[in-house]
Amino acid sequence: MGAADYREIMSQRGEIIRAAIGLDYARYVTGPLSFDYARLLADTGYDVARTAAIQRKVAVGDTPLIELHRITALARHLAPPGKGARILVKDEAANPSGSFKDRRASLSVHEARERGYAGVVAATSGNYGAAVASQAARAGLRCIVVQEAFDSRGIAQPEIAEKTRACEAYGAEVQRLSVGPELFYVFLRVLRETGFFNASLYTPYSILGIETLGAEVARQTREHTGRFPDVVIATHAGGGNVTGTARGLRAAGATETQVVAASVDLTGVHMASDRDFNRKSFTTGHTGFSVPFTSWPDRVDLPRNAARPLRFIDRFVTVTQGEVFYMTEVLAQLEGLERGPAGNTSLAAAFAIAQELPREATVVVQETEYTGAGKHPLAQLNLAKAMGITVRRGDPRENKPGTAIVLPAHPRQITVREVDLAHIRRTYLRQALKSLPEGSAPTETDLAFLAADSRADRATIEELWHEQQRTR
Amino acid sequence: MTDRIAAGTWVELGSVVLPAGERAPQVPTDTQAVPLELRVKGFLVAAAALGEAAAVHTAIGRRLSGTLLAVEPPYAHGFGPPLAELLSIGPEVRAMLLDTTQPDAGHTDTGKSRSGRDE
Repeated sequence: MGAADYREIMSQRGEIIRAAIGLDYARYVTGPLSFDYARLLADTGYDVARTAAIQRKVAVGDTPLIELHRITALARHLAPPGKGARILVKDEAANPSGSFKDRRASLSVHEARERGYAGVVAATSGNYGAAVASQAARAGLRCIVVQEAFDSRGIAQPEIAEKTRACEAYGAEVQRLSVGPELFYVFLRVLRETGFFNASLYTPYSILGIETLGAEVARQTREHTGRFPDVVIATHAGGGNVTGTARGLRAAGATETQVVAASVDLTGVHMASDRDFNRKSFTTGHTGFSVPFTSWPDRVDLPRNAARPLRFIDRFVTVTQGEVFYMTEVLAQLEGLERGPAGNTSLAAAFAIAQELPREATVVVQETEYTGAGKHPLAQLNLAKAMGITVRRGDPRENKPGTAIVLPAHPRQITVREVDLAHIRRTYLRQALKSLPEGSAPTETDLAFLAADSRADRATIEELWHEQQRTR
Repeated sequence: MTDRIAAGTWVELGSVVLPAGERAPQVPTDTQAVPLELRVKGFLVAAAALGEAAAVHTAIGRRLSGTLLAVEPPYAHGFGPPLAELLSIGPEVRAMLLDTTQPDAGHTDTGKSRSGRDE
């Protein structure tokens, strides 16, 4: 260990990752900037039907779709006349380890076993670790989870402490780290030591595993209401959830459904700061992940990220910490469902968006997750208070991440703030064009790829390319 | 003389992965000033005292070494005390539903409000 070993391991990252994933990404390169995204996914051989069959064998998926009658009634009470869409929620907490992450883990672990790996490794502080540990236990594979878990004072983030417990309950070895992006180095070291499979969140398997969720939402909503959902809202962090869900909706024929990404606004809190680590009050589903990952998805432990949110997001909104805690309480108190926190980010957004839509419309919140010790508003708000953060009722516009958590004084104050997707598209395109080797221009294939990957029009791409040439 | 912990006991080991000042360049200054620490649990391979170098076999049988930090470390996370900021929300929103008197404020196909039926 130490700085020299850090440099050595990081310099070998390409070959370590290649050995641990068994996928040759070079085969899918089609130009200096472009790759064949469709073929990268299709070559795995998993379509929705095959994935569903694999998941059914390990008790993953087929979760209930629940209409939230009383939350809908509350939204209608606040909405203008004729407005107030029906709000439904996909109870993903019913999966074996308590979240939709079982869908991602099931396919990754299946693939690891098919390929003959003796174990799987996942770098995650969230539900995905528990999901991989749970699926590995069922498959008889060994499992290591690498977490960012505690600050320099040794204070564990309570939600991650619960994930540590869950992973250990499923028989995994858990490597708990203090704060910092060098977690990736520890993760690479573990891969090299063990030769295990990299159950990355960003492989094709991890994304294809979610398609069943989107397909179930489409089918169950139609069975329940007679139509496909008008809006599906997904809590958005690394991009996998929106990508897989949107692909599944399309595969099931729900091509007109609007896909909304919702994140908790954590503006102003630094993701790699030891001081800020226990002042976030949310471990995922926040803008600290979603904005950078939407702007540049390939910032991952693989050559290419199979989660490509800009291709699939029709609308991107944020809600405040206080609004999510408030709606978590409302879900328990009005619907008898103690769930969250993750899915309740999209629930808070759904509560506001339903009030924009006619009563005949339906809005589906596409996940819940289990709740319990550490993973609960009480645990987070008590920690926040201990860290000197103000917790109070009031105007959610006064919520300030890391300083003040303001739970709405009244549900009518719950709103969504729009994230400017046009701006994010331009950030993505600038970054992509900047990565071109000096003196080379994007090929026709590159331009078509960038248009598909960002959903920007050709004129915007060419404008940014000319802008870049002028400034070089 | 510190007590020695018996081999086979479930313990936690700690180690410093990167010392303060040798962190990755992109890390903010507050994080640069502290080491990157690693903790891992397992069954103690040979008797050792707290603070000594030790080795464990982890839950999946890997042998790892470090400094013995804790014996049978508890899961200390919980909920904490109830909070007034949350306690008031349930009664408030239930009262709002009781106020929804217009006949179609609820959800049922019959058009009748179910609001408050189960209060």
